[in-house]
Amino acid sequence: MGEIKKLTNGTTGGPVFVYVKDGRIVRLTPIEFDSSDAGSWVIRARGKDFSPPRKTTISPYSLNLRSTIYSPKRLLHPMKRVDFDPNGKRNCTRRGESGYERISWDEAADIVTSEIKRIKREYGPAAILTTPGSHHMWGNIGYRISTYQRFWDLVGYTYADHNPDSWEGWHWGAMHNWGFSHRLGIPEQYDLLSDAMQNSEMIVFWSADPEATSGVYSAFESTVRRQWLQELGVKMVHIDPFMNHTAALYGGKWFAPRPDSGNAMACAIAYVWITEDLYDKEYIATRTQGFDKWRDYILGKEDGQPKTPKWAEKETTIPARDIRALAREWASKKTMLAAGGPGGMGSACRSATGAEWARLMVCLIAMQGLGKPGINLWGTTQGGPSNTGFLFPGYAEGGIACNVDNSAAGYRWAKIMNCRPTRSNINAPMGQHIPRLRIPECILDGKYEWRGKGFCGPSIESQFHQYKYPAEGYPEIQMYYRYGGSFIGTMNETNRYVKAYRTDRLPFAVNQSIWFEGEAKFADIILPACTNFERWDISEFANCSGYIADSYTQVNHRVVTMQHKCIEPLGESKSDYDIFCLLAQRLGLYEAFSEGGLSDLDWVKRYFDCTDLPKHISWDDFFNKGYFVVPMPEDYKPTPALRWFAEDRSKDTPDWGPHPETQDQFGRGLQTTSGLIEFESSSLKKFDPQDQERAPIPRYVPSWEGHHTTELKAKYPLQLISPHPRFSFHTMGDSKQCWSDDIKDHRVLKEDGYYYWIIRINSQDATDRGIKNHDLVKAFNDRGAVILAARVTERVPPGTVHSYESCADYDPVGVPGESADRAGCINILTPGRYISKNACGQAPNSCLVEIEKIKNGGPAS
Amino acid sequence: MKKWGLVIDVAKCSDCNNCYMACKDEFVDNDWPPYAAAQPARGHRWMNILSKERGQYPKVEVAYLPQPCQHCQNAPCLAADQDGAVRRREDGIIIIDPDKAKGRKDLLKSCPYGAIFWNADKNLPQKCILCAHLLDEGWEKPRCVQVCPTGALQVEQLDDQEWAELKQAQGLQAHREQLGTDPRVLYKSLNLYTKGFIAGNVAFGDSDECAEGVEVTLRGDSGQELNKALTDNYGEFVLRGLEENGDSYQLEFVLPGRTKQTKTVQLKESLNLGTIFM
Repeated sequence: MGEIKKLTNGTTGGPVFVYVKDGRIVRLTPIEFDSSDAGSWVIRARGKDFSPPRKTTISPYSLNLRSTIYSPKRLLHPMKRVDFDPNGKRNCTRRGESGYERISWDEAADIVTSEIKRIKREYGPAAILTTPGSHHMWGNIGYRISTYQRFWDLVGYTYADHNPDSWEGWHWGAMHNWGFSHRLGIPEQYDLLSDAMQNSEMIVFWSADPEATSGVYSAFESTVRRQWLQELGVKMVHIDPFMNHTAALYGGKWFAPRPDSGNAMACAIAYVWITEDLYDKEYIATRTQGFDKWRDYILGKEDGQPKTPKWAEKETTIPARDIRALAREWASKKTMLAAGGPGGMGSACRSATGAEWARLMVCLIAMQGLGKPGINLWGTTQGGPSNTGFLFPGYAEGGIACNVDNSAAGYRWAKIMNCRPTRSNINAPMGQHIPRLRIPECILDGKYEWRGKGFCGPSIESQFHQYKYPAEGYPEIQMYYRYGGSFIGTMNETNRYVKAYRTDRLPFAVNQSIWFEGEAKFADIILPACTNFERWDISEFANCSGYIADSYTQVNHRVVTMQHKCIEPLGESKSDYDIFCLLAQRLGLYEAFSEGGLSDLDWVKRYFDCTDLPKHISWDDFFNKGYFVVPMPEDYKPTPALRWFAEDRSKDTPDWGPHPETQDQFGRGLQTTSGLIEFESSSLKKFDPQDQERAPIPRYVPSWEGHHTTELKAKYPLQLISPHPRFSFHTMGDSKQCWSDDIKDHRVLKEDGYYYWIIRINSQDATDRGIKNHDLVKAFNDRGAVILAARVTERVPPGTVHSYESCADYDPVGVPGESADRAGCINILTPGRYISKNACGQAPNSCLVEIEKIKNGGPAS
Repeated sequence: MKKWGLVIDVAKCSDCNNCYMACKDEFVDNDWPPYAAAQPARGHRWMNILSKERGQYPKVEVAYLPQPCQHCQNAPCLAADQDGAVRRREDGIIIIDPDKAKGRKDLLKSCPYGAIFWNADKNLPQKCILCAHLLDEGWEKPRCVQVCPTGALQVEQLDDQEWAELKQAQGLQAHREQLGTDPRVLYKSLNLYTKGFIAGNVAFGDSDECAEGVEVTLRGDSGQELNKALTDNYGEFVLRGLEENGDSYQLEFVLPGRTKQTKTVQLKESLNLGTIFM
C-alpha cells in the first residue's frame, strides 16, 4: 500500500485538503491553518475582541464530493444514442427513451465537429445554441466563464443568456430605485460585520436563510459571525413562510406571511412609521426623492386604500398587532435588514411580486437611514474585514477567455492576464440571443420576443432593450450543445425543456456532462467530462467576483488554493479543457484555443504569475503547500458600505462600479438619475410610467398566481415555495447514488428502494388529505406532476407547502415530458412565465398546487 | 489515563449534517485496519442526527441531537460479548473488532441507543470508533468535530475526575441517563431535546395591541408555582423544560390594571395556546 498524499483543491463549498492513496481519493477535509499562515483579523465590539477560528469551513455538499466523484452515475465513455444516425435517420422525437451505445472519443469528436462544420456552412454559427448551467465545478481556469467561453467565442454560437436567477427582483426592481446595476441591484456590503457588531441592535431576516444557503460559496464562514451577534445581544426576527434553519438555530420572532403577500406587510410597516412618526425625516429629505408620492400611496390617498396593518392582516394572515409591534421595534432599534442571505437575493425576489418586494425593501431601509451606523441592508454573510487590495480574480473575471463583453474581464483582468482575449460577435447586443427561460419556446415555436439580455449589469436602461429570436437575418437553431444537465431541476415549468428535446425541430443535441442525469439523458452524443479533482486548476474560496465584486468578504480568511490534479480522470472522461482541445483540433482552432499548445497546468502557472501571489509566495512553495492565506493590511481601516452616501461624501469603499458614464460626478451619489434613493423611480418613469405591474413607485400588486387568483386556487389550493436547496449546491451533490441521499431532511428512502425528494406540508393540510409523515404523495397542477415524500411539519403554515428546487435527476414514470417525475424536479410545477411583461425574470415562488396521497405505496403515472 | 469523549450542545446543532457526511467520507469504502472495516455506502448512521419538532404553527421549536456510539463506561455491548469482539481501549474508546466480531449480529440488540449497525456484505456489526485511527496518528479531533460549523460538537480528553468536574460545571447530561450506561458522550442543553413547552401570546382585547410585560405564572395541579415568564413586545411567552406526560397545569396571566386570566392545560405534547386576550 502506498503512502497517503495530502493535496489541495477548491469546491463550491470551501477549499479542501485531499488525501490520496494509491491513485484514489480517501478523504476531504477543511483546511486548518498552521503557524506560518497569515494572521487573523480582530473586531473590537462593545468591549470585547472577536477573531475567527484558524481554519476554513466546509459545506455538507462538499463533504459529499467523494461519493459523487466515484458515483455509479459517472459518465465514463463517450456515448451515442442508439437510434441516432447523423447521416440517416435521427429519430429526434425518441430522445429520452432510445438508450445509448459506447463510442470512441474519435467517433464522438468526428460526429460533433462534422455537425458544427455542416451547420456553420449551411446556416452560420448562430444556428448553434449552447449554454452551461449557472455553476460549474470550482476552478478559475476550467470554469465555464473561461475554458468553455474561450472555445465557443472562437467557434461562434448563440448563447442562451442566463436570467439573474438568484437576483431577479433586485435586478428588475430595486435597481430602479437605487441603481447598483453592476451588482444587479444589490448594494455593496463592505465592513458591515464590524458595523453590525458595534452598532446594530436588531437584524430582520426577510426571506433569508444564511445557515442553509451560505451566502454563496462560503460554506459556514458567516455562522460564527451570527453567533457573535447573538452573543452581543443583537435581536433577530425572521420573516419567511418557512421556519428556516437560521430561524430555528437562533430563535426570535417568526413571521410567516402567506407566499407572495409579504409586500403588504412591508407597506403596513411603512404605514405605521408614517402615521406614528417613526422614520428618519432628515435622511428622507436629503438622501432620497419622491417620498411624498409614495407616502400618499401608503396612506391610501392615491387608491383609496390606506395600507394599514389591518389591511395587511387580510393579505398576509399576520395579525395587525404583530405587524405594528414589529414596526415599532424596528424603528426603535438600529436595525440591519437581511433581505436575502447575501444581502439581497432571497426566495421572495423570485416570485410574481419579487420586483416590488425588493423595491419595498429599499424603501423601508431608506426610511430608517440606510448607511448610518448599524442601519443597512446586510445579509450577515458578506462584509467581513478583508484585504481587497490583494489581486486574485474571481471566476467571473473571465479566466483564460478574457471576454470583455460577457464577463468582468474588462475591469482589470483582460489587461493583466497574459493571453489573447476572445470575444463573440453573436453573443453581443447586436447578435442573436435566446433567453434561458425561453429555450423551449425558441426551439419549438421558432420565435420569441423579450426585454433584457440576461444579466443587465452595464446600466439600468440595458434591461429595457427589446430582443427577438431569431434576430433579423439570423438562423434558427440547428444544434444544442448543452454543458451539464440541470435545467429540468432548476428552470421553471420544466416539462417544456423535455419537450424541446423531443422534436425534429432540434436536429442535433450534444451534452458534455460528468454524470448521466437530467438533460444528459436527452442528447444524441454524450461527452464525459471529469471533475475538478481530476484536472489542474487554481481558485480562491468564495471568490466569484463579477456581479458580487469582492465576494470573498464572506470568508474569514482569504484562501487561494492550488487545485491539484488529485487523481487521473475516471474511465475515459476528460477535463473540459482537453475535450475542447480535441474538438478544436478538428476545427482548425487548436493553436488559437490553447495559445500554441498550453496544457491546463501551463495555464494555471501563467494565471498564478498574473496575480499578486508571486509577491508573497513562490510558485514551487504554492504548488507544494497547496494554499495561501492572504494577509490583512497592517493599517486596515473599515469603510462601511454606503456610509459615504448617508454622509453625502465621495465613495470610499473598494466597490468597482457603477460604470463612470452613469454618474454626473464619478464616485458621488448613486447610479439613479438623481444620484439619490428614488422612491419614485426616474428610470421607470422615463421607460413606461403606465406599467401597472412595475409602476414608478413600488406598490402592493397581488400575485398573478396566489390567493387572489380564486378560480385557480379553488383547483390548486396550496401555495408552493421552492427555495435554493440546503444539502446540494443547486444540482451539485444531489441524486448521484451518493451519501446525501441518506440525509434525513434531503431525501426519504421508501420501501421500493427509491430515494424520494421531500415536500413539507402543515399537519392540518396533511390530515385533510389523509397524508402521514413520509407518505408518498403526488404534487400536481396543470403544468405537470411530481412524486415526493411528505414531511408533515408545523414549520410551514396551513396553505403553504415547501420543497427545495434543484433536483439533479429527472426520472419520468411514463412518457418523458408528459408523465409524473419521481426524481423530484419540483420545478416541473412552477410557472414558466416572467415576473411581469417588462421584468423578464423567473417567478417559481408563485405556484399553486394540489397534493394527494399515492395509494398502495407505489408511484402512479 | 485520560479518556476521550464528546460534549454535544443541542442548542448549537442546526442539522447541517456535516458530522454525518464527514463520517461517511472517513469510513465509506475506506478500511482502517485494525480499527474498522469500511462502512457500507448506505444504511449506516454511525452519527445519527435525531430530531424533535414541537409546538403548533406559529410557535414551533426544533431540536437536534447528534447521536454517535455513546462510548459508555458501562457498555452493554461489552457486557454482551464474551470472546473479544468488543474492547474498550485505555483511552475509553470502544471498538468493535472488525475481524473478531464477524457474525455477531446479536451485538446490535445489546445497544439501547441503536448505535450499532449490521454490515451484511461483511457479516459484521459496526459503529463509530471516534476516529481512533486518526487520534492515534496525532489528530486532535475526530472528523465530525472538525467539520462542525457551530461548535456544537466538541471533543475532550480528560481523566475521570476532570470529566466529573466538566459535567458538573457545564450541566452536562447523558442522553437517556436512566439506561445507566454512563456514556462518554454528554449533552449540553439536553432539555431542548427531551422536554416540552407551553407557549402562547397575550393581546389586549380592546386595543388589539400585543400585551408586553404580562407576568405568566405556571402552577402545578396542587397550585404550587413552577415557573414564571414575562411576555415580550409581541406578547409572547414560552415556558420550557416541561415533561410531555399528560400532567395538568394552571397558567395565570397578570398585568396591573387588567383582569387576571387563567388557563388550565393538560400537557401531552408541547402546546401553543394561541392568543390570550386580556
